[in-house]
Amino acid sequence: MQARRLAADVVIIGAGVVGTGVARELARYDVRVVLVEKRADVAFGTTKANTALVHAGYDAEPGTWKARLNVRGNSLYPKVCAELGVAYKNTGSLVVAFSEAQVLHLQELKAKGRINGVPGLEVIPRERVLTIEPDVNPDVVAALWAPSGGITSPWELAIAFAENAVANGVELLLSSPVIGMDVRGGRVSSVRCPGVVIDTGFVVNAAGIWADDIERMVGRDDFEITPRRGEYYLFDKRVGHLVSRPLFPVPSRSTKGIVVAPTVDGNLIAGPNALLVGDKGDLATTAAGLAEVIEGARRLVPGLPARESITNFAGLRAVAVPAGDFVIGASPGVPNFINAAGIQSPGLTAAPAIAEAVRDILADAGLELAEKPDFNPVRERPTRFAELCRDEQSALIEKNPLWGHIICRCENVTEAEVVEALHRAVPCTTLDGVKFRTRAGAGRCQGGFCGPRVVDIIHRELGVAPEQVTKKGGRSYILSGPSKDSLLEQTACRCLAHAIRDDGQADTEDVGTEDACRIEMREREGVGGHAHGGV
Amino acid sequence: MRTVECDVAVVGAGPAGLAAAARAKRCGAGRVVLMDRDRELGGILNQCIHNGFGLQLLSQELTGPEYAEHFINEARDAGVETMLDTMVLEVTRSRQIVAVNRTEGLIQANAKAIILAMGARERNRGGVIIPGMRPAGVFTAGAAQRFVNMEGYMPGKRIVVLGSGDIGLIMARRLTWEGAKVEAVLEILPFPSGLTRNIVQCLNDQGIPLYLSHTVVDIHGEERVEGVTVARVDSDLRPIPGTEWDIECDTLLLSVGLIPENELTRDVGGELDPVTGGPVVTDEMETSTPGIFACGNVVHIHDLVDNVTREAWTAGEGAARLAARQQPGGETIRTRAGDGVRYVAPHLLHLDNLVARDVRLFMRATRPAERVQVEAVVGGKVVFSKFERVVRPAEMVVLTIPPGKVSPGKASPDHAGGGSHPELVVRITPRDRDTAVEGGRKA
Repeated sequence: MQARRLAADVVIIGAGVVGTGVARELARYDVRVVLVEKRADVAFGTTKANTALVHAGYDAEPGTWKARLNVRGNSLYPKVCAELGVAYKNTGSLVVAFSEAQVLHLQELKAKGRINGVPGLEVIPRERVLTIEPDVNPDVVAALWAPSGGITSPWELAIAFAENAVANGVELLLSSPVIGMDVRGGRVSSVRCPGVVIDTGFVVNAAGIWADDIERMVGRDDFEITPRRGEYYLFDKRVGHLVSRPLFPVPSRSTKGIVVAPTVDGNLIAGPNALLVGDKGDLATTAAGLAEVIEGARRLVPGLPARESITNFAGLRAVAVPAGDFVIGASPGVPNFINAAGIQSPGLTAAPAIAEAVRDILADAGLELAEKPDFNPVRERPTRFAELCRDEQSALIEKNPLWGHIICRCENVTEAEVVEALHRAVPCTTLDGVKFRTRAGAGRCQGGFCGPRVVDIIHRELGVAPEQVTKKGGRSYILSGPSKDSLLEQTACRCLAHAIRDDGQADTEDVGTEDACRIEMREREGVGGHAHGGV
Repeated sequence: MRTVECDVAVVGAGPAGLAAAARAKRCGAGRVVLMDRDRELGGILNQCIHNGFGLQLLSQELTGPEYAEHFINEARDAGVETMLDTMVLEVTRSRQIVAVNRTEGLIQANAKAIILAMGARERNRGGVIIPGMRPAGVFTAGAAQRFVNMEGYMPGKRIVVLGSGDIGLIMARRLTWEGAKVEAVLEILPFPSGLTRNIVQCLNDQGIPLYLSHTVVDIHGEERVEGVTVARVDSDLRPIPGTEWDIECDTLLLSVGLIPENELTRDVGGELDPVTGGPVVTDEMETSTPGIFACGNVVHIHDLVDNVTREAWTAGEGAARLAARQQPGGETIRTRAGDGVRYVAPHLLHLDNLVARDVRLFMRATRPAERVQVEAVVGGKVVFSKFERVVRPAEMVVLTIPPGKVSPGKASPDHAGGGSHPELVVRITPRDRDTAVEGGRKA
């Protein structure tokens, strides 16, 4: 089959929070942008599995990309999230010290933060810590208060970036892994995905943990991504009140440590630990890792009850070596191939600033950026039944009765919300996609109640057979098929011909017979008989 | 918002809600409204198409839907009003309910008494913390049951079941009959969690191996489950290194316990039992919030639906009495789980009731035992006991105390052996360690 051919000014590879952020930034200008993503949905990589924090920016070494883009990204959050209807809370954050030695460390962080331009840092005494966070470990000695810290929803942000980008003319190709790139005269000329070739002036590599593999496709090998796995506990909303803002331990050299933080949805999250893994598919949690997380979390909040855990998961941080910093800029020797790679923490915070930085690099490399007069920066927050007052709820149900039908009983998500999520600018076809957009299945029963109902709605709204509905794309099917199917297969094989074959007397049987049996079986079932075979 | 005034509002139309509503109405309550979030009455019974329901109460062996039908008819005949596809969003201490459905929008029900009968939900992977990948193909047994029995779809073809709870056992058999291969059922405890009859009929008769003292320690597969690693556990239920082996499968079913669905109960703010996770209730099935009653799995997890119905009748009677302002007054005595008993419900008994009628205590044994006495002790004295040939944690023990065994005098603080809170302790003791110590117990 002849591949479809597209023409673009910029191809962005990877629709996580970095790639979608770049896409939305470029959507302001009169350039043709194609965003390609190998998975079935945006935000399905590292973006869906991290601590969901908006960092203040005191950790990173002054002068690094991390330091600059963290502080800049942090300052962009209120506006970006307001424009895009994304949950964001400026809670402030605390680094909690349990010894005098650790207090010295807090002073160092504060000094570093001042150089980085973090506003309002202050070391506060034990009493004040306990006043604002009464459930923190009483052994606390002091804490670093960072008023600009906060929390957000990473997948909401990536989905909103993508929807706003698409609404402003960006083309999004999902389930489109990059299988190759053509380089001519030291420049990338086209990007190839299955069934499509995109001729392009520039490429932005925002491929997360696969960014090194993508860079190798243009003949460069400047860095390696070593995935560092972090495991998490998510706790029931019932214990969401235990902390009001992210609590960090005093950091080590490689990580900020195991954090306990509220989520914008009212749950509590604890994690991550940090373990280098060789395999980019290794998102497995381990007994030892989860034990490490709960132990670390309890050092901060001793009263954290493990029995209120509603799920565990793991994410992979894209750590670039040897850089140790974000890898942002044109690949040496391929001036129109721009890396936005190695985006580990504070990547989520930095994402809006990374988008600006990549834009500037593209402009410097010769991309002409003329502002579009009709760019609309606003993406409305999808209406959530659970966020409305009773009068607003009543009004919606009057207009559309589906607002009165609760599908997810844990999060009170209505059928109207699920239907709406399935018909937005960025296609949503999976159970996880519905979960990230509506929270159906994100609650304490984790989809036990709403799962069958959401499968049914996807089937009805998108015309997908129930057994073709997936959890997260690919072959992640929820169901194996209609009941009785495997029974029919077995029964069919018990027909006389196969009974003989089983006895070893007629093993020249051709494959066609088995299918014939099955068809015959179905026909007989159809008229109500069970004459054939017998189970 | 539409307003509904009623004597009794019942939340949840499973076996508990149906029986409670019908009984409240029969006992003289005025308007009784029964609400359920599903499209049919009967709750989880509708997906329990196996038989074995109603043996004790109706002397018949019914399927789940048949058992439900019996009580749906009773509720209809009694004149209970039902509201389906209706989700209760809020219950208040002043006995107001806010609910929502497609046709009427938001509804406010003002009731003299509310009966909470929301049942339970299944403990899931996050609740038992199974490490590994997070592919599709991990289901709670009840969710799989709904897919197979109500939606007509199979969750997979090669199944491993973790947990020997009754739903898991029933589903092991169901899936086998539907043509799937059930590779194994694993139970972390050294004894089964489900009823003996289910072990026999669902596993032994189907040739499905049951591994006691085993659990799943890893789940494989990026997109769909490809297998699990299982291991033997030690006496502290910790996996023993070196005992692991892999089972290839495409589906992992979890039957690892039920959690009383008490979000609304918590909203109301009553006292909860830390062991059951359900509300603390009186022998009228009233919670510590006046006028709010509860029954069935919302209070504690039952194994037999017959007991749920019995408990629901008590709640229905209690709610009707409250609506008619005929509640028992006077002193109460607290129950407590003693040796060999994990929990006991109800938690508070009216002395008036103990004098006037049978009072039924539900309890679970902490461990399997043979030839035991189940005893009710007040002030150090056994006031009533019964012999049980076998007790198992999986099977509810019921002790029905006849009228007059506990008199107001006996339970007064003076006789209770110190402390100002008289209590009735239930315990399960080996029969052979006998009368000499305890004294006064009836044979």
